[in-house]
Amino acid sequence: MERRVIRAGLPFGRWAKVLAMLCLVGAPAIADVLPDDRADVMYHNYDGGGITIQGPSVLVRKKVGDSLSFTGSYYEDLISSASIDVKLSASPYHETRKQEGGSVDYLHGKTIYTAGYIHSKEPDYKSDTAYFSISQSMFGDLTTVSMGYRRGWDNVYRDIKVAGVIQNDPTFHERADHRGYTISLSQILTRNAILNVNFEAITDQGYLANPYRKIRYLDATVAGKGFTLADQIYPNTHTSTATSAEFKYYLPYRAAISGMFRYYNDTWGITGDTVEIDYTHPAFHHWIFDGSLRFYRQNAANFYSDLFPRANYQNFMARDRELAAFHSFAIGLGASYEFHVPYAKWINKSSLNLHYNHILIDYSDFRNALLDGTNGYTAGTEPLYRLNANILQLFVSMWF
Amino acid sequence: MGKILATALVLSGLLLAGCSPIQPWVKPYEREHFADPIMSFSRDPISSSYLDHVFESREGSKGATGGVGGGCGCN
Repeated sequence: MERRVIRAGLPFGRWAKVLAMLCLVGAPAIADVLPDDRADVMYHNYDGGGITIQGPSVLVRKKVGDSLSFTGSYYEDLISSASIDVKLSASPYHETRKQEGGSVDYLHGKTIYTAGYIHSKEPDYKSDTAYFSISQSMFGDLTTVSMGYRRGWDNVYRDIKVAGVIQNDPTFHERADHRGYTISLSQILTRNAILNVNFEAITDQGYLANPYRKIRYLDATVAGKGFTLADQIYPNTHTSTATSAEFKYYLPYRAAISGMFRYYNDTWGITGDTVEIDYTHPAFHHWIFDGSLRFYRQNAANFYSDLFPRANYQNFMARDRELAAFHSFAIGLGASYEFHVPYAKWINKSSLNLHYNHILIDYSDFRNALLDGTNGYTAGTEPLYRLNANILQLFVSMWF
Repeated sequence: MGKILATALVLSGLLLAGCSPIQPWVKPYEREHFADPIMSFSRDPISSSYLDHVFESREGSKGATGGVGGGCGCN
């Protein structure tokens, strides 16, 4: 039986090497400023599609002397998942992901060098990321150019339940490496307008699939459902580029409006477009209100299918819905209240912030396979899946 | 001939402009709006990095958001 062959793409192009060279030869030039000393403590909650993720997050930045600034961060996800993917091919689970990060900014002359490290750990996935960037302003400080490089090392495990106890499958341990190259330009256009342009190229190599999710293929021998599940097979390489432009304008009555567009494409055949509009409006002396609208669309990866015609249909096969064709809308609302903490003179100002986002994702070729065999649905005729999610962020910020 | 001469003059002007330092067309004293926090692209980094992470975990697209996130098996 003929097997379709799909090319996965080259892992590394000539342009990426040029960018890497640019990153390494960036020379100091003119002015910039270190980030503000501030501390943020946040509670976040995501609820949608049978998944609840919540937890704390902390970010602290502090200058030491005139040329050094240190940043420390902690982030935690408490995950409770009974998503459509989990119900189809695995079991509902609870787990915790913890992420710690640290970075240092060094101001030399009028250039900022940044180096940082992030470590993320969950029971079946460990990741380390190191990054370095250079930022310098020029042309009378109207233009700031930044270049960065990052490298990530992931260890992928798979949990299994043995005698009622969840543990790593001793027969499964994979790795994935990531490299990212960024170049950004920030340009003051007028006394009221600023433009940011970002470009990022990322190469991934190794085990890039989700080990729990499955593809499904038509199988008339399975009564009722009409399909059989099988392991996903991903390419071992992936290269992507993303280019974004953000524009922000200061309105005459002290408010700001901004627009963002991002174009993404990769060697798996995915192209994605993101459009976002934000509006910020201070009011009543102590309040700042934010509103945002975001639209996103993507087409499917060329080895994605909701339902393959047969087993071993092609060399690469995936059914991760992140690789499916879909479009999504997101609306965001935020309110910040600025206040001063009495008897704490070392705190310059503080703010209490509440942000709410709602996301609606409409999949074009990912069907609700859980309904197969019910209400007359057969494999491939189930209704398309739709995801609604609510996101809440409550955080306190302090500047000192 | 006239078009060639005009083009040559424009190009010469651009080249000569490159020899002199570029004068900032927005003077430092005209940039007070950029010191206002509402003009920051990422006024609250803890929030913007979190939202970037939420979207990146659910979409095929990633990158060019101006930040660096750690890896995870989040989807």
